[in-house]
Amino acid sequence: MSIPRTTAERSGTTTPGKSAAPEVPAAPEAAAEPRTLAEKLWESHVVHRAPGEPDLLYVDLHLTHEATSPQAFDGLRLAGRGVRRPELTLALEDHNVPTDTHEVHDPVSRTQLDTLRANCAAHGVELYPMGHHRQGIVHVVGPQLGLVQPGMTVVCGDSHTSTHGAFGALAFGIGTSDVEHVLATQCLAIDRPRTMAVEFTGTLPPEVGAKDLILALIARIGTNGGRGHMIEYRGEIVRGLSMEARMTLCNMTIEAGARAGLIAPDRTTFAYLAGRPHAPEGARRDAALAHWRTLHTDPGATFDRTVTVDVSALTPLVTWGTNPGQVAPVAGVVPDPEELADPQARQAAHRALHYMDLTPGTALRELAIDVVFLGSCTNGRIEDLRAAAGVLRGRRVADGTRLIVVPGSAQVRAQAEREGLDEVITAAGGEWRLPGCSMCLGMNADRLHGAQRCASTSNRNYEGRQGGQARTHLVSPSVAAATAVVGRLAVPADLVP
Amino acid sequence: MPERTPEPSPENHPPAGPTPFQVYTARAVALRRDNIDTDQIVPAEFCKRVTKSGYADALFARWRKEPDFIVDRPEHRGAGVLLAGRNFGIGSSREHAVWALKDGGFRVVIATGFGDIFQRNAMNNGLLPVDQPLSVVELLMAEVERDPEREITVDLVNCRLTTGRHQGADGWDFAVNERARQLLLKGQDAISATLQRDASIARYEAGRPDWLPTLRPTD
Ligand code: SF4
Repeated sequence: MSIPRTTAERSGTTTPGKSAAPEVPAAPEAAAEPRTLAEKLWESHVVHRAPGEPDLLYVDLHLTHEATSPQAFDGLRLAGRGVRRPELTLALEDHNVPTDTHEVHDPVSRTQLDTLRANCAAHGVELYPMGHHRQGIVHVVGPQLGLVQPGMTVVCGDSHTSTHGAFGALAFGIGTSDVEHVLATQCLAIDRPRTMAVEFTGTLPPEVGAKDLILALIARIGTNGGRGHMIEYRGEIVRGLSMEARMTLCNMTIEAGARAGLIAPDRTTFAYLAGRPHAPEGARRDAALAHWRTLHTDPGATFDRTVTVDVSALTPLVTWGTNPGQVAPVAGVVPDPEELADPQARQAAHRALHYMDLTPGTALRELAIDVVFLGSCTNGRIEDLRAAAGVLRGRRVADGTRLIVVPGSAQVRAQAEREGLDEVITAAGGEWRLPGCSMCLGMNADRLHGAQRCASTSNRNYEGRQGGQARTHLVSPSVAAATAVVGRLAVPADLVP
Repeated sequence: MPERTPEPSPENHPPAGPTPFQVYTARAVALRRDNIDTDQIVPAEFCKRVTKSGYADALFARWRKEPDFIVDRPEHRGAGVLLAGRNFGIGSSREHAVWALKDGGFRVVIATGFGDIFQRNAMNNGLLPVDQPLSVVELLMAEVERDPEREITVDLVNCRLTTGRHQGADGWDFAVNERARQLLLKGQDAISATLQRDASIARYEAGRPDWLPTLRPTD
């Protein structure tokens, strides 16, 4: 396996270097003890601190959706409480919406969407429902509207809230009781997690992207490797990523078990935000920028843990098992569980191979794929669709393989249509859908049937995640597109020009 | 909108605050799997509901279709402690996983490591996650497999775990978040505690910069 093993772990200080250099003189409050970015974000949101109690953190933005909020609003009603700051919450319909039509046929889904609408109307919470020109997956819509900005705290009743850390925001996924807590108080009572630095080093090969970086990290540290930590992604390779690629990276931080993923804001971040509907303008932008420029880890600040991953030898990756840490190069073979030293990992690998119906030693390129799913909050943004369309242009989806493309939001969909990407996809024989979570989670009508094998740009390959006995292989958008053309797992370089 | 929001009632929504937890003794069942994610505990199709209870049918729904699934074996009926491998409750933040474990009769999960969000959700609902080294979990699993009648006692007052021969000093300590423990011992609601800080919250709010975004229509 060519998963990077050249990983050094150490505890210690950061190397003062270009990546950590502040763009303006540090603000007065940063002058004392050197601090990590995560510590700065944390400290600036502490509302109350007392010994023996968790910190009370203020929440700048609360995103919510139909699947994890109904019981929270019910709780408020039962306790006779209201929503403290309705204008700091945005609600979206994403998990449970169909993507072929706006007609919801399932009465249970219908009730859940109606419940969200009634709750938002009752409490004055802004909602972008199905069919709205701003509707889409929470983690795609928030950033796209400029609602997520450096230095903020963002929470959502959804684990992939880690996505928003790409902006240098502190973003946590929470459960429904905490959703209720945030609605009632605009605060979260939480102990500060430890800090962890992840640095990608070496030279990024051209065919390797953010999805491969995060899969490589999870393969390296495991699905519990980041537990109890806030990860800051650092180094020149991360600096070179676009905002959308940074979101992909931070998105799957939860798959490494971490509490949050972060990237210090820089010119790329500021340029992305400029002109977005909720981004500050004029004098407010100047004030914001002055603050945003202080948001970086100070030279000499200490992380509780540091992981370095050399990516020079990395090639496009795919998961072969039923957790996101079971990863191999697309060009590789199904691994042999017997080669694993740890008995529990060996047992888990056996179980995964049985579930996935795979035999050790089989070339992954030989695996026939029934369905290719391109979408989700990991890879449903415009750059992902461009990457896929670039591979699909002038080609056809293989007979016997179905390609379904689901933009992450109505705005992504409209942008793709302006660029003609929808035509490339439909001309290739792919399905062009309405925005939503779709086949990422087997909750709405888009599901795999029986034991179908799927190459998916989403984030979880758990047993049955995509429905039934579904067998999921996580891949990047360009690998997904090449796979659709070949009908078996493939990378773009495998295609005849 | 044809369907109305169901009115919350004690039937579909227990009162605020977790069920108090002090000392709990029950039989256990060993689910020998690592990385049990919340999608396995409750598949997404069950997360379309708008209630907090009534998830007994959802618990491990996919695995229950396997013949002889350990949790369903007659000798483990009524077990209140779930023993699992490493990394329990990872993945999705769905609190439905906690509601389903409670509806399935469990008050305690003993495993080696828990997903961070699951752990919070569990404590918020009076389901106690007890983190133990693999060797202890293994020992407990072996004991329960040998004797399904074996009871395990989880004492949140003293943070002690005991069973069979492992009583008194021979039992095991466990650590939980102290604040969450205090709330759980009394069955108190975390929101009420935070609301007592209203003055601090208001003070913080007054100092927030004006360039931060809001969803006010005037914006
Ligand atoms: S796309 Fe998938 S992972 Fe993302 S929010 Fe929707 S269901 Fe969750």
